[in-house]
Amino acid sequence: MSQTPAFPLRVRAALLDERLHVALGRATDALRSRRSAAIGSLEGFDEVRDLARKIKMELLADLSSHLQRFEERLIANGVSVHWAETGADANRIVAGIAKSHGARRIVKSKSMATEETHLNQALQREGMEVVETDLGEYIVQLAEDRPSHIILPIIHLTREDVGEVMHRRIGVPRTGDPQTLAAYARAKLREEFLSADMGITGANFGVVETGTICLVTNEGNGRMVTTLPRVHVAVMGIEKLVPTLGDLDVFLKLLARSATGQKITTYTTLIRGPRRRGDECGPEAMHVVLLDNGRSRILSGENAEILGCIRCGACLNACPIYKSIGGHAYGDTYPGPIGAIVTPGLRGLRGWSELPAASTLCGACRDVCPIRLDIPRMLLGLRRDTAREEGAPWSLRLGLKAFAWIAPRPALYRAATRMARAFLRFRARDGWLRRAPGLASGWTRVRDLKAPAAKTFQQMWKERQS
Amino acid sequence: MSDPVQLFHTCLVNEIAPEVGMAAVRLLERLGRGVEVPLEQTCCGQPAYNGGFHEEAKAAARHTLDVLSATAGPIVIPSGSCGDMVIHQYEVLFRDEPEWRDKAHAVAERCRELSQFLVGEWAQVPDRPRLRLPARIAYHPSCHLLRGLGVSDAPLSLLRAIEGVTLADVNDQDECCGFGGLFSVKQPEISGSMLDRKLASVAASGADRLVSCDLGCLMHLGGGLRRRRSPIVVQHLAQVLDEALP
Repeated sequence: MSQTPAFPLRVRAALLDERLHVALGRATDALRSRRSAAIGSLEGFDEVRDLARKIKMELLADLSSHLQRFEERLIANGVSVHWAETGADANRIVAGIAKSHGARRIVKSKSMATEETHLNQALQREGMEVVETDLGEYIVQLAEDRPSHIILPIIHLTREDVGEVMHRRIGVPRTGDPQTLAAYARAKLREEFLSADMGITGANFGVVETGTICLVTNEGNGRMVTTLPRVHVAVMGIEKLVPTLGDLDVFLKLLARSATGQKITTYTTLIRGPRRRGDECGPEAMHVVLLDNGRSRILSGENAEILGCIRCGACLNACPIYKSIGGHAYGDTYPGPIGAIVTPGLRGLRGWSELPAASTLCGACRDVCPIRLDIPRMLLGLRRDTAREEGAPWSLRLGLKAFAWIAPRPALYRAATRMARAFLRFRARDGWLRRAPGLASGWTRVRDLKAPAAKTFQQMWKERQS
Repeated sequence: MSDPVQLFHTCLVNEIAPEVGMAAVRLLERLGRGVEVPLEQTCCGQPAYNGGFHEEAKAAARHTLDVLSATAGPIVIPSGSCGDMVIHQYEVLFRDEPEWRDKAHAVAERCRELSQFLVGEWAQVPDRPRLRLPARIAYHPSCHLLRGLGVSDAPLSLLRAIEGVTLADVNDQDECCGFGGLFSVKQPEISGSMLDRKLASVAASGADRLVSCDLGCLMHLGGGLRRRRSPIVVQHLAQVLDEALP
């Protein structure tokens, strides 16, 4: 089900929020220019993208056998494997793991999969304490807010907003200085790491051949979460696999460059199971929860390629619509162009069909996508599905029927357009309409409408010929 | 003498901006090309297609393909978005109807967007006319031309060939203007917010003209400029080149 308030209201709220525009404009501009610089540092960027796409598409074409092999390797590495068909299943499984290990204090590193299942709330309902340790996610949690970007969860907040939240929730003296705020958060989170008995992460990649979980972070919190507590649980979507460590290298080249404009993130962590005999640190037990939650359904449809998404967020930063309305307007876990495909895919089109409709199909997302996902093609497909499943209001349906009837009949078409032209010209002043009726009223809400010309091109052409 | 050019003038040019079509005709003729206009043409069907209504789009597409298939020689389209529809999307639309898909493919092979065609011709004309026009121009690369058809340099090199033209630097030049066909009337607030950003960048560039290769974007941008009482003039590339002819 769609969330309240409805999409048009969410959009309006976002468009009225001047501060949001300043914050979004500043952040997305910076990310885009950093990305451009970073891809310049990789020779043959486009060839690497082609290769990455090929690897992902081949993997998705045979996902179930890759998953089976991945599970075998994980088990051989001493990892317990769990399969979650729905978000609720995943939450139940993770809560069960925590109980079986007697864990009550939980730290988390950034994970979109658990955002998708609302895991934090589920664990808190079980009486467990959950603390997000990615700085952005920590602020989101303190503010009881929701992330509005895949990579930068608090892109919608200014530094002053962050200072205010930390003042209100954990008594930090009021300041907007990022370094001071980060230092307070660091000290506070350090206590959490040391006292936690379970750590939860997502996974940026799962390497099939070795059963390795790969995490990329910039704050180092991912390492703390996976080494200090007794138990480590990784929750990952079933599509996050890459076949080999060599393939992983291809994706690592693309991910940080596309996401934050770094050549590589500060920490790239490869985890191959719990602590072994002789190891000095690491968790006693490790679990991997493989989450479906609608992914199989996407895989069997014509938008399967969207499962190749590596969640870099480049399409959000490139999208002029995202820049106008921000992430919250998309109403679910994944905002921006990718969200307009993934959300209807995971949740069903009903209640979410406005997302694929709200696009100019400008293609900026496809241009920057490291996997070259053809997002406009998928948006068009979802619009076709919407038209089939939901139909259209009677006025539009009538208009479309009329269009389909007259478009192949030139004489009729000319007669109809002649009438429309006469009507619009009658309403116009100095060749322009400031207010137009019917469907065109949307047009004149934000701009004037040029009236049709006195003569059509074909009339002028015929006069010239004779 | 080479084949005459078939001008697929598009519905917007026919109804709203016939002067763009006439400018295109004069340019093509000046380059030594005969021009023919298939008078049975109506609309390519893009609005229905982008709205998700494929059956209605097919009705228009089949008609367009019939009309264009009955002609010979290159087909020139003064629009990036109608061009992308005919050149790329028809084959997607008819992917399950081999007969129509083949017909679409054959027509697509003959189609060129106007600036793309002019650049090719321009290079081959022996007595190139001297183009002159004092103007400070902000060029808006429409998305379907730039990212759909992959035409980035052609319009710019034509503008650069005009003596007296200065190309203004527009911030985030490649960003969509917010037109998007039916999007512009169904999501006017978002469309308007994108328009605001685009027009602010254009105003800051100091341009006196805003030029593009798509009537849709130009109607949207021009309507926005008029609402804001801006003196900046919008023009199709064909009009600028035509004005610059001796």
